[in-house]
Amino acid sequence: MFAKVSSSLSRAAFALLLLPLAGCQQYDLLDPKGPIGVEEKGLILQSLGYMLLVVIPVILLTLWFAWRYRASNTNATYAPKWAHSTKIEAIVWIIPCIIVGILGVLIWRTSHTLDPYRPLDSQVKPVRVDVVSLNWKWLFIYPDYGVASVNQLAIPTGTPINFRLTSESIMNSFFIPRLGTQVYTMAGMQTKLHLIADEPGTYRGMSASFSGPGFADMHFNTLAMDGQAFKQWIAKAHQSTVSLDPQTYAALTKPSRKDPVTIYGNVTPHLFKNIVDTFMAPMAPKKPSTALNHAEDTHVASAQNVGDNR
Amino acid sequence: MFGKLTLDAVPWHEPIIMGTGVVVVLGGILVLSLITYFKKWGYLWSEWFTSVDHKKIGVMYFAFGFVMLLRGFADAIMMRTQQAIAANGHAGFLPPHHYDQIFTAHGVIMIFFVAMPFILGLMNAVVPLQIGARDVAFPFLNSLGFWLSVAGGILIMCSMWIGDFAAAGWVGYPPLTELGYSPTVGMDYYIWALQISGLGTTLAGVNFVATIMKMRAPSMKLMDMPVFTWTALVTNILIVAIFPILTATLAMLAADRYLGMHFFTNELGGNAMMYINLIWVWGHPEVYVLILPCFGVFSEVIATFSGKPLFGYKSMVYATCAIGLMAFLVWLHHFFTMGSGANVNAFFGIMTSIISIPTGVKLFNWLFTMYRGRVRYHTPTLWTIGFMVTFAVGGMSGVLLAVPGADFVLHNSLFLVAHFHNVIIGGVVFGCLAGMNFWFPKVFGFKLNEFWGKISFWCWFVGYWLAFTPLYILGLMGMTRRMNHYDVAAWHPYLIVALIGAAIIGMGIFTNIIQLAISVRDREKNRDVTGDPWNARSLEWGTSSPAPFYNFAHIPNITSLEQHWDDKENGRVGQVTEPYTDIHMPKNTSVGVIMSAFGFILSFALVWHMWAVALIGLVGIIGTFIARTYNRDVDYYVPAAEVERIEKEHLAALQLKVSNA
Repeated sequence: MFAKVSSSLSRAAFALLLLPLAGCQQYDLLDPKGPIGVEEKGLILQSLGYMLLVVIPVILLTLWFAWRYRASNTNATYAPKWAHSTKIEAIVWIIPCIIVGILGVLIWRTSHTLDPYRPLDSQVKPVRVDVVSLNWKWLFIYPDYGVASVNQLAIPTGTPINFRLTSESIMNSFFIPRLGTQVYTMAGMQTKLHLIADEPGTYRGMSASFSGPGFADMHFNTLAMDGQAFKQWIAKAHQSTVSLDPQTYAALTKPSRKDPVTIYGNVTPHLFKNIVDTFMAPMAPKKPSTALNHAEDTHVASAQNVGDNR
Repeated sequence: MFGKLTLDAVPWHEPIIMGTGVVVVLGGILVLSLITYFKKWGYLWSEWFTSVDHKKIGVMYFAFGFVMLLRGFADAIMMRTQQAIAANGHAGFLPPHHYDQIFTAHGVIMIFFVAMPFILGLMNAVVPLQIGARDVAFPFLNSLGFWLSVAGGILIMCSMWIGDFAAAGWVGYPPLTELGYSPTVGMDYYIWALQISGLGTTLAGVNFVATIMKMRAPSMKLMDMPVFTWTALVTNILIVAIFPILTATLAMLAADRYLGMHFFTNELGGNAMMYINLIWVWGHPEVYVLILPCFGVFSEVIATFSGKPLFGYKSMVYATCAIGLMAFLVWLHHFFTMGSGANVNAFFGIMTSIISIPTGVKLFNWLFTMYRGRVRYHTPTLWTIGFMVTFAVGGMSGVLLAVPGADFVLHNSLFLVAHFHNVIIGGVVFGCLAGMNFWFPKVFGFKLNEFWGKISFWCWFVGYWLAFTPLYILGLMGMTRRMNHYDVAAWHPYLIVALIGAAIIGMGIFTNIIQLAISVRDREKNRDVTGDPWNARSLEWGTSSPAPFYNFAHIPNITSLEQHWDDKENGRVGQVTEPYTDIHMPKNTSVGVIMSAFGFILSFALVWHMWAVALIGLVGIIGTFIARTYNRDVDYYVPAAEVERIEKEHLAALQLKVSNA
């Protein structure tokens, strides 16, 4: 292990130096694969650019004044009583006001265009995906196709994906860095998110909000594929003999980690709505599912594993 | 009797915890036996523990903060080590159960038991001196507030060896923190440690607002107050406004956990979003509570060491007040991704970016204070310039996170972690250490060693940048916070660099300790008899160093914004024009210590459901307080002759110094 650490160490030393030169491939947020991510990358760089217009001069002036007016430099002007200048004070209030004014307009505009609830404009008919975060795995239900999957999200490229999201119990945040915006999943509530993938590829997705001891393993692969391949994926999913009914779902709610990818060939109708409404049953409190026993070892969901579909 | 507490509560099988336990116990025995051997118990008890002198309470706050800093840093270095190892299939050395407690404890300890004690310590040591007061408005309350904070700190340390600590992040979001998902006592330790120390902080806030509003030298108008006192005023108003929210929020969570209620549960109409809103209504102003006094420190330091008055005093005051006011209008930026509408997100995003206006003005004003000055490079100067450079970047990344569209991808990432360490280390820690180096001679009568002080600065400065720049980059690579392990190989090198940075920060802390030890050893060499070792400007430098327990023999007459500078210019320093009079002072009291001890018993018992013991604690607190109200013997007069003797001693030393020079 130490050899490994030391080789990583030398790579580490270069990593920082090479950052500006390295391509963007490693930097998920700077190499987005969908229009939402592209716009967010642009927004980050644009906002940084405006702010650097002030921040860089401030840093340089700090260093320059600190050097120029050092006590040993008796050549520099010394004005021991000078502490006020209306002109300078007006300028130092106005400069940040201008920058923040620009940022304010940018914030207002992009908060609306990037609102995760806003359906995306597209000629292509959107694909709907219902997302449920469970301890500690992700369940994706395709209501248009009647199939579902655990820990693997397949989506067609160039097609708006309309997500509805909820959580079985603990709050998580659904996030695919290369596609953009994340949104919380909360039990008893439904949130929405709209994303598009432009390029086929496998993109890492995960929970971005800490949810207990299995959190670090709560990631999945997003398989973005062209329309034809997606149709085949759906067709293959339909062949799965495992179905997602209330019993298999109940088994899924048991805490577990590193669950293998599972595909369900058919899904009980309205399952997602029922999950959202779990806590709405009149005066019939649902006991929280099994306590998150830390000592508990990896527990594999009892649904049959039909193998990795990649 | 013992509630849920059994011998099994001790994690016997965890070598890291038990090893630390052995070291702490041995170290504790060593310290205790040294105190006994040198017969210092009486001295500590009567001169320190029961003291109501604001300067001594300030020193104790700092000592407490330093001890907790060591614990918080130990947590930090373990997290960095874990993430530097646990890549690509390695599990690392900390299982999730332990790791999750560590990052929670790190956040809680660093904010509540390091940063807050440092800030309160600075305000205690300096504010009464800056406004010409003899002590704070309520000296007993001050002692009580300090000891309540200590009780909270001890409780959190207990959680390491008796039971466990919360494993849900430092703001404890439900439903994860509800009984169903966090059934152990960890979350209860969290609740009661924050409740008891939060009570102490609220008392301190009330005390300082009253002190600054009512105890100023009669001739000092608000706009005559030094900037540090101004920032302290705004900070304490914030404390009084927000800490009750924290108390109420945690009380509701406790009601959920103890009484089966449903404020934040999933079922029966509870709503976790309410907790998340409430905790940040407290939490966002809280970061201004921490940073504002540090802005005050930098203002004092930069003016003193530039040999010029602070540029734009009025701008500074208005900027401080504006930040204090707007602190209440930004909390939602902590959860843009919850699904609020675009209008709501845009409003809070814009409000947040507006806060950067007064903050930017402050940076410019410090800049123009150096302009045409004569900058002397002492330790506090280095901390200040290091702060200006670091904080400019931290402020920028903060505004970036305030842009909802950018936050949608940066939220909860290591970019965010880098941002708040950028402003908390670069702002709060640098500010507190600058303040400690600056005012140390005022409290102790000798300067801190500059060589080790500067080494410490460079370790912290370099360490900060090396530890957190990689985290900014990792955020852009899509790494979220609080990962126990990961399988993305590209992240690994950056996390190793971050570990090296953290180790350098560790050297910074170590050299802080060396600096203190060497300074105490060389105290005669660094002694300051003038009371004004830095050729400084504000009122506190006009009294002797160390400041006498009554602060000023005569209540100062304020003629200038920079009173001490004005006195120096007009030859008033060391001139005694009035006869000495008796001085009215508060008496020391042990009630603060006793009440806090009962408070500790109460909260520990509540954690473990030991109801009988809890009752003893509660009755003890109330009973001690009632007993205190019957005690009329709480003050005394220092005779004029005694004041004259102390003052003459100081003036003689001053004259000797002048004639030698």
